[in-house]
Amino acid sequence: MNMLKPERIGLDDFADQPVLVCGKTFVAHKSGALYWPAEKALIVSDLHLEKGSSYAVRGQMLPPYDTRETLHKLAILIDRYDPETVICLGDSLHDPAGAARMDPGDVESLRILQENRDWIWITGNHDPSIDRMLAGYVMPEIVVGGIALRHEPHAGAGTHEIAGHFHPAARLLFHGTSLRRPCFVGNRLRLVMPAFGAFTGGLNILDAAFEPLFGADGLDVWMLGHEGLYPVAPRLLRED
Amino acid sequence: MPKPKLSVPRKSIKNPETAEPLSAKDVARKPRSAALMASTPEKKTRRTRSPRATEPLPAEIAAWFAKRGWKPRPHQLALLDAARERRSTLLIAPTGAGKTLAGFLPSLISIHNGERKKIGAGLFTLYISPLKALAADVERNLTHPIEEMGLKVRTETRTGDTSLARRQRQRVKPPQIMLTTPEQVALLLSHPDAPYLFADLDTIILDELHALAASKRGDLLALDLARLRKIAPNVMTIGLSATVARPSELRGYLVPQTEPEEVTRLSDIVTVKGGAKPVIEILEAENEIPWTGHTARYAMREVYEAIGAHKLSLVFVNTRMQAEFAFQELWRINDDNLPIGLHHGSLEAALRKKVEAAMAEGRLRAVVATSTLDLGIDWGDVDLVIHLGAPKGASRLLQRIGRANHRLDEPSQAILVPGNRFEVLECRAAQQAAEAGDQDATLSRIGALDVLAQHVLGMACQAPFNPDALFNEVRSALPYAGLTRSQFDRTVDFVSTGGYALKSYERFAKLRPTDDGKLRVANPRIVQQYRLNIGTIVDAPHLKVRLVSGRGGKKNIARIGGRVLGEIEEHFAEQLTPGDTFVFAGQVLRFEGIRDTEVFVSRAAAEDPMVPSYDGGKFPLSTHLAKRVRDMLSDPSVWSGLPNPVANWLELQTERSVVPAPDEVLIETFPRGNRHFLVAYPFEGRLAHQTLGMLLTRRLDRIGARPVGFVANDYALAVWAHDDISSLISNGRLSLEELFDEDMLGDDLDAWLAESALMKRTFRLSAVIAGLIERRHPGKVKSGRQVTISTDLIYDVLRRHDPGHLLLEAAWADAATGLLDIKRLGAFLARIKHRIRHQTLDHVSPLAVPVLLEIGVELVYGQDRDAILRDAADELIREATGDVRT
Repeated sequence: MNMLKPERIGLDDFADQPVLVCGKTFVAHKSGALYWPAEKALIVSDLHLEKGSSYAVRGQMLPPYDTRETLHKLAILIDRYDPETVICLGDSLHDPAGAARMDPGDVESLRILQENRDWIWITGNHDPSIDRMLAGYVMPEIVVGGIALRHEPHAGAGTHEIAGHFHPAARLLFHGTSLRRPCFVGNRLRLVMPAFGAFTGGLNILDAAFEPLFGADGLDVWMLGHEGLYPVAPRLLRED
Repeated sequence: MPKPKLSVPRKSIKNPETAEPLSAKDVARKPRSAALMASTPEKKTRRTRSPRATEPLPAEIAAWFAKRGWKPRPHQLALLDAARERRSTLLIAPTGAGKTLAGFLPSLISIHNGERKKIGAGLFTLYISPLKALAADVERNLTHPIEEMGLKVRTETRTGDTSLARRQRQRVKPPQIMLTTPEQVALLLSHPDAPYLFADLDTIILDELHALAASKRGDLLALDLARLRKIAPNVMTIGLSATVARPSELRGYLVPQTEPEEVTRLSDIVTVKGGAKPVIEILEAENEIPWTGHTARYAMREVYEAIGAHKLSLVFVNTRMQAEFAFQELWRINDDNLPIGLHHGSLEAALRKKVEAAMAEGRLRAVVATSTLDLGIDWGDVDLVIHLGAPKGASRLLQRIGRANHRLDEPSQAILVPGNRFEVLECRAAQQAAEAGDQDATLSRIGALDVLAQHVLGMACQAPFNPDALFNEVRSALPYAGLTRSQFDRTVDFVSTGGYALKSYERFAKLRPTDDGKLRVANPRIVQQYRLNIGTIVDAPHLKVRLVSGRGGKKNIARIGGRVLGEIEEHFAEQLTPGDTFVFAGQVLRFEGIRDTEVFVSRAAAEDPMVPSYDGGKFPLSTHLAKRVRDMLSDPSVWSGLPNPVANWLELQTERSVVPAPDEVLIETFPRGNRHFLVAYPFEGRLAHQTLGMLLTRRLDRIGARPVGFVANDYALAVWAHDDISSLISNGRLSLEELFDEDMLGDDLDAWLAESALMKRTFRLSAVIAGLIERRHPGKVKSGRQVTISTDLIYDVLRRHDPGHLLLEAAWADAATGLLDIKRLGAFLARIKHRIRHQTLDHVSPLAVPVLLEIGVELVYGQDRDAILRDAADELIREATGDVRT
């Protein structure tokens, strides 16, 4: 049921895992990002930048550091993979006015990350438009090598796509302990990525919302840990 | 003062009993000492006043006493004297001494005499109780005498249960005496009309002050008192309290602190010495006492017989799980069908009320209860208190025993039932402490900053405030007397913009400056938000338990709506899988599933449920009892007085290992199975031991001993490792002195805090109280998880980007005295420096058996979360490769 090559996995090397989508090889990272070696592209989803400050507008003063934290995580990955293209799969900003609220220092950090590479903002329901000040290309979806990269997955079987939107998370019940973590979830034709943003929560993949995407097929699930990304058998997962 | 022949009105004034006369010397009155160094222990009287001849009571009140053949008791008169001189006073008296009436008498007389002219709404006396049920109960018991005396005094309660219309009316047209809770006072003070409402306030009565003062609710109340004093500068406070170890803290709480840095001002104090000493027995059952556990199952037959021999017994336990268990066990052997009830905080309010009513009407013979019945209300003629498991603290035991027999002249009867061998020592220690009248000392309270943040916003809701004036006002409250200006300014900054080092929220500020240098709320929505989130009690997320019929399966449960039995902690519910059975609300239930905020259960046929591990209301062993236990352990001459199995056990320990001197800590190392154990016996309580265990495993890991896990109870902790700890010590690679050095509270603690679930839980509480996160309101549907921000994420981000933030400081202060008990751990590490007694053994020692038996029962710590994920991944790989290892 899964396409891991067992010899690839040593106990100390869980930081990223190979993942197949439509026969193409990707590398999923414990941070929730996905790297496509053949295309030299780094894909992240649901950054929700400026989510903290969106609450402050309404009088709830959550820490303003989520953008900084998310960009910092992204910088580490860009150092690691040195991608030619970075693709953000939508909901990159928590709301369309988010860019205007960004701290000048954070805007500058983003600009440095964008240097010498293509940057693609796929639009999402939270950010139907992207403020020009953030540079990069803006598009509703992009198809690369026969795989559609979009924000919200299209319902139904047979779609070849990589998407985000749902913030998938899994609850593992094992050895008497319960653990809830963001996760990648896929069925080899479709992959839904976890949210990358610092202040993002998750929706349990056993929720009805995932049914139209994966039906009752065997799911492949990789849970995000602190030190690694771990493939987990669906039978160990529980609803919330 | 003449020696009056007295009778004693009971707390339920309507049903008096006669009592033996009390001599005047039983009432010690200390005039207030003008000033007291805050750092020195309480000094006695500076100047003494001769007792004054008491002015006569108004005719109606005197007649009421006379009609019953009563006379006012000396402490009631002493309080009247103090009130005439407008002196705030702390009344310390045991249950049954007529404390409540003493508190109200001055007000009744003043209102009757019509001494003061009305300048505001006419609210004369504010009575504040920690429990709304107690406020309602006191009102009932106050209206009777008022009616019988023929006084024209209007009294009303105001709690969360009071109708909205009535609450609105009370703000404009209040009663003369209002009985309420701290949260309602905060709410009233957040309205702009508060100065009018409280303008006539003459007296504030604080009931059960000992239970309120040293807590966050007490902090909030102290701040509200400061504001009430500002509105009504002549107001007088009367504190009512059970006996406490350090009355000066409560006395300071009652009066404004004017010179906070130097001295603590104190109120007057009136002390009524306890009546007859309680008679406390330790039960010796026919069955042998077990090594471990707290359920006292072995002694249930004797407990049942004791219930049968009394009219009404209160059976106290320390946790809800124990309550459920004992209730089951008692009914299992209830051949006489005695009416036995159950009462704990997780039960649905309606179920609890039914039990309370049945008690009051004398329809029950016993009630199994947790701390929900510790305080206040008289539910019936309890003539026996049974304590299952050790009481954990001397004060708690006395409070609980006081629930029996509300008459001063007759001794209360109590039976302690130790759950295991260590608890025999603990029960004996508690018995000796009660005999000596010793109480547990509470730590001096430093006001919490999250509570201050809530209060600052509340004051802004009332009216624009001048920061300088508010700072001085706040510092007049004892818990905040030491507050620095910078802490205050940071708190105001937090309220306004979140107080972040990155100043990005100025334009969203909740507080805006006015032209005259004050701060006002930016918009009315902020006021609404404040009122919805008021208070300092933050419950762990709870789920309703709903009984559904039969096995519906996940698809069907939505259709079958049944009765709600109560609530359980979310984290407990998350551990359950459908089919698991557990005891709740006195029945064995089968877990069916969770839908939204409800847990669906059905009745299970199983006789033996899987024992639940939810630990609502577990108290750690108090410092004071711990010391008594250590002393007892180190002195073989007192062992002969212990039950045989316990004495034999300790003697065996001296043969196989050693018993430590009272100032030493014993550490044993030995192999067992294929593991190597280190067992330490600090006797500092479960919470401090858990923290110690976390830190020890970190350190053992660093020196390469490969620790696997640890387990802790109130007396000891055991760490086990792959490597031979004994030989690591003997060959010099491991020094116990270094392992237990105080420096573990530095970097190791800091590193652990980054991921500590306990610290995150503490942070969440602070975030809610301070208003950073909104409360979850009952009835409000939980929005999807992907749109809520968990406080864990906020905690992580704050630690990384703003480590000096106010809320981290507040959470740290809480954790140090609360869930992590770092203060106590620090004191322990300092105490045992160069006093470690190490024993290398080749097998487990008798003393170590109880804690080792907890492995598999208690939570085992030390397994990190990634390890669980890794194991799960390994399992998947084995499955995939067909490599089934054993």
